[in-house]
Amino acid sequence: MADKTAMRSLLLHVAVIGVLLALNFVLPEYHRGVFSRILVLAVFAMGYNLLFGYCGLLSLGHAMFFAAGLYGAGLTVYHLDWGVAAGFAAGIMAGATLALAIGLLALRTTGVAFMIVTLMFSQVFYLTTLYFTTWTRGEEGLVLRQDVRQLGLGGVSLDLSDPATRYFVALALFAVVLFATLAIARAPLGRVLVAIRENEERTRMLGYDVFANKLAAVVLSGLFCAAAGAAYALLFGYVGSSFAAIQYSILPLLWVLLGGAATTLGPLVGTLFMFYVIDIASGFTSAYMLVVGVALIVLVLFFPRGIVGAIRERWLPWLP
Amino acid sequence: MAFGPYLLLATLEGLVTAAVLSLTALGLSLVFGVMRIVNVAHGEFFMLGAVLAWFFSTLVTGHPALGFLLALVLSPLVVGAVALVSERLVLRRLDYNPEATIVATIGLLYIIQQIVLTVYGPEARPVVAPFDVRIALPWFGYSGYKLAVIAASVLVIAATWFLLTKTRIGLVMRATQYDRETAQNFGIPVDRVYAGVFALGAALAAIAAVLVVPIQQAHYLMGLDPLLLSFIVVIIGGLGSLRGTVVAALLIGLSDGIISVFFSPTLAKMIATLLVAMVLVFRPQGLFGTAAR
Repeated sequence: MADKTAMRSLLLHVAVIGVLLALNFVLPEYHRGVFSRILVLAVFAMGYNLLFGYCGLLSLGHAMFFAAGLYGAGLTVYHLDWGVAAGFAAGIMAGATLALAIGLLALRTTGVAFMIVTLMFSQVFYLTTLYFTTWTRGEEGLVLRQDVRQLGLGGVSLDLSDPATRYFVALALFAVVLFATLAIARAPLGRVLVAIRENEERTRMLGYDVFANKLAAVVLSGLFCAAAGAAYALLFGYVGSSFAAIQYSILPLLWVLLGGAATTLGPLVGTLFMFYVIDIASGFTSAYMLVVGVALIVLVLFFPRGIVGAIRERWLPWLP
Repeated sequence: MAFGPYLLLATLEGLVTAAVLSLTALGLSLVFGVMRIVNVAHGEFFMLGAVLAWFFSTLVTGHPALGFLLALVLSPLVVGAVALVSERLVLRRLDYNPEATIVATIGLLYIIQQIVLTVYGPEARPVVAPFDVRIALPWFGYSGYKLAVIAASVLVIAATWFLLTKTRIGLVMRATQYDRETAQNFGIPVDRVYAGVFALGAALAAIAAVLVVPIQQAHYLMGLDPLLLSFIVVIIGGLGSLRGTVVAALLIGLSDGIISVFFSPTLAKMIATLLVAMVLVFRPQGLFGTAAR
């Protein structure tokens, strides 16, 4: 039975990737661009989901991990002329290191204090990007030229600014992180994280090292978010401090809540849904923030489990 | 100019910041202390107070003091009413769950911001100060209105302190803060106390905003800084402690004033935010608060 469930959910995930792959060939140009962006931001949301959904830690500062990846990749490529692969690695390392440091400090607090501490650290990161305007150009940001966004891969050079290549690279990253999330959710680590979310004291009493597990969750989450940030910088060629602002800490929370916390596909569904709601709403009105605000309130009031969460609850209890 | 005038100017500016900040933070602290929720939309109540102050002051022609006084009375009332409605419609239904409340108040933040942007527009608009007197100090003249702001906020804080410690309403509020369930058993309408406290907290932010608009213009994005600074103050002062909040506001206001005269304001904010985060990490009960029961 357990094997059957595992097989079924694996097939579902492979099918989702397959559909996304096929979409590259049928989507019109504009929507293909939107989808590449959504895939990268869904990676950000999945990173957030790992900590918030599975471990139950609500962070209001994940923009700093995304931005660490963004700047780690962007600054090294822009100022040090590093290659795309090296820049991507630098972004991930920057995010993971930052997450380790923040985790060691912030995990000393719980509940509301944890939210506020992460919010503040993220604000410090944002102010830092503004303070070193000489290198980051602050709000205005840096634009990575097309000729530096070439990925050398076994003699072949991939142009990351080409729409099709961009879509495939975004999808590849998305697939890697999706299956990593699935693996983590099934692995002992994922089970312990859920146990911590449900009852921290009991988990500790059962002999698990709660702090170490939480720290692992923060670092992995920071790493995924940084990967999204680094990919964003390299694929879309823009690095600016607005990505470190408080808004980008709230957006992944919104996407995850909308899609369904602690579900593997929820972050994608939430990001997709929100993007198109704003896209359609901005066709009628410029007041898209109102849509976001109302969506948040309606969500917490009526759908606390999100879209995929509600589907799992009502119809498909085997959904991971 | 020598060092002395700079320091005096920095201290005065710091005191004005501290005065406004302690009112805003007091509102946040009351809500947190009694209701145990974090109101992320608190900064937007501040912003709404400022924008409404501009609106009310334009209704009256004649002496600027008339419009200002009208704003000082009406703006906190309207903001308090908005807070009351959102508390009844949203927060109460969430049963004051801390995490759900944060998400809901973030939603409220966006809604208020967008409505103000649509109705009021992206411009920053000033309100004329009710009087224009310069008070001669040894090295320079200083705005009399800014000194009046300090005095006014001292008055409002004293009134809040009186309300909390000497009246029946305050007793009921403190009882609810101390133990919600026991208070309910003794027949205290906890539900209504929550609604009142939420409205009062928002109204305090609005008063602070009305006082500040003649100095700083009303703008739809002006809520974020007071929100973050109030968080800082409430945390350093110890959550839910009135004395701690005022002392911490003085500390933050003065150091902010002094640091930003001598260093860049961005660096000042960076250092202040980092320090507070560290306080929260290593001393979660704040500098003056007592450990939670």
